[in-house]
Amino acid sequence: MAKVLMKGNEALGKAAMEAGCKYFFGYPITPQNELPEYMAKELGKIGGAFVQAESEVAAINMVYGAAGCGVRVMTSSSSPGIALKQEGITYIAGAELPAVIVNIMRGGPGLGGIQPSQADYFMSTRGGGNGDYRTPVYAPATIQEAVDMVMEAFEVADFYRTPVMVVADGMIGQMMEPVEFKAPKKRDLAEKTWATTGTKGQRKPNIINSLFLDPQQLEDHCFRLDAKYKAIEENEVDFEMYRTEDAELVFVAYGTTSRIVKNTIESLREEGIKAGLIRPKTLWPFPFKAFNEIPNAKNLLVVEMSTGQMIDDVKIANEGKLPVHFYGRTGGMIPNPDDIAAKAKEVLGGAR
Amino acid sequence: MAVVFKQTEGLTEKQTHYCPGCTHGIIHRLVGEVLEELGVLGNTIGVAPVGCSVLAYDYFNCDMHEAAHGRAPAVATGIKRVSPDKVVFTYQGDGDLASIGAAEIVHAAARGEKITTVFVNNAIYGMTGGQMAPTTLPGQKATTAPYGRDVSHAGMPIRVSEMLATLDGAVFVERVAVNNPVNIRKAKKAIKRAFEIQIEGKGFGIVEVLSTCPTNWGLHPVDSLKWLEENMMPYYPLGNFKNVEEAK
Repeated sequence: MAKVLMKGNEALGKAAMEAGCKYFFGYPITPQNELPEYMAKELGKIGGAFVQAESEVAAINMVYGAAGCGVRVMTSSSSPGIALKQEGITYIAGAELPAVIVNIMRGGPGLGGIQPSQADYFMSTRGGGNGDYRTPVYAPATIQEAVDMVMEAFEVADFYRTPVMVVADGMIGQMMEPVEFKAPKKRDLAEKTWATTGTKGQRKPNIINSLFLDPQQLEDHCFRLDAKYKAIEENEVDFEMYRTEDAELVFVAYGTTSRIVKNTIESLREEGIKAGLIRPKTLWPFPFKAFNEIPNAKNLLVVEMSTGQMIDDVKIANEGKLPVHFYGRTGGMIPNPDDIAAKAKEVLGGAR
Repeated sequence: MAVVFKQTEGLTEKQTHYCPGCTHGIIHRLVGEVLEELGVLGNTIGVAPVGCSVLAYDYFNCDMHEAAHGRAPAVATGIKRVSPDKVVFTYQGDGDLASIGAAEIVHAAARGEKITTVFVNNAIYGMTGGQMAPTTLPGQKATTAPYGRDVSHAGMPIRVSEMLATLDGAVFVERVAVNNPVNIRKAKKAIKRAFEIQIEGKGFGIVEVLSTCPTNWGLHPVDSLKWLEENMMPYYPLGNFKNVEEAK
């Protein structure tokens, strides 16, 4: 398939359709509106359904209903809207349903702003909703990667029966890049015998549920979920090592921030500073093992479009071995390569 | 020997957890009988609420979803939009539907979702132990209205059927009660019609059922029925508020 130039939000929608998603439930919020608008235009043509819900809360509960029927289904929103969706996401996790949730992140807290941000790292990786659960979180750095990750997200969601998040900042949503739609690696997916499709009088009723009043049953359920999450940690972690072989200064950054950091790395290397980058492509599971593959590293420098959230995971991964530094812009301000370079030199003890 | 009464196929063998004198059991049976008589049990997906009937998914003999508090109409929307050939219903109490789920029920009705809602109004939060509901009557005592509902602070109770009947998408709206055999028969007829409307693809249907809560009202089951008649019925008049045939 030839490459086509697409806006990020629309490419995300088309990727979902290519993955077999015919159903979308959403609510307007900037900067992700082109995604539901694209679905509103396209899904009717393929016999699917688009519903503009009365709220993000209703939209995610529509997703819960649809997912329980065994279809591939998606919703999208931006930060404050994703906060509202957490109710439904924890029910979807608890009831073990597959669904894909896209977050085009904007600045917060509260109403915050509408410019790009990465301040939802905690909300994405630390549950967000109530209870013992995790959601796989993909963080694309390009529109091509956003497309690939959405398609993969549907496979992962079905394989593990879990909600999967794709978090991109507003830059990915709004900019245009050439993309192609390649089918992801097919997984051996089990038939959805648990789905509510009507008993037809031939089987016992299927029940989509996350309620376990007996504490022993709930504990068993949570341990079963935990075993699933451990399998995801084992099998689905994804990251990029960029020029880390000889790197003495190792950046850690994800999403569009990582693209800016790569520019910084080029300029630092021109000045003789051996810099590299660990780029998590999955935020959960976090690539802890990447930090065992940087033998020459003397300093870690985390760069985020937030006041510092992923840095907590970096500190866990680092196990106290190296100094961990931070550079962040937030509120919709974008870090620039020169400012990151200046911080890098400060970390290394001033300009050489 | 002629069979004069048998358990409906619409309900499972599971024993319900409802309190003595509670009318949920009657309403469950009516829904189960209707689904059986319409021959749609194997083609039905129900949605249970949060509240006393939270475990309804164990009692109805069809595929079921358990929804978050108030979200049953949204969940049912998701189900119906991906399975338009299925019969989809929600079973909800007054706290669930008229308070936390007010947005979801209004918009499901406004969209004319082809689903059926059975709305059980007993004027109190039962499961959590007798707190004030949006349907609690003026002066009625509740644990969070220990001196009785003060309308100067809490406002007047919401008449859900009258409110929803103003929406074009709601094509069948009726309030019934299960306080005596005559009304129980009328309730069943209304519930059946609300399902038929859906099967005919006409739009959203809701049946509000006035119900008792002897435990949280602090009354004997028989006195509860009397209380319902003397207090609820004057404020929540029985009757049909919307019928698609009459709307023509």
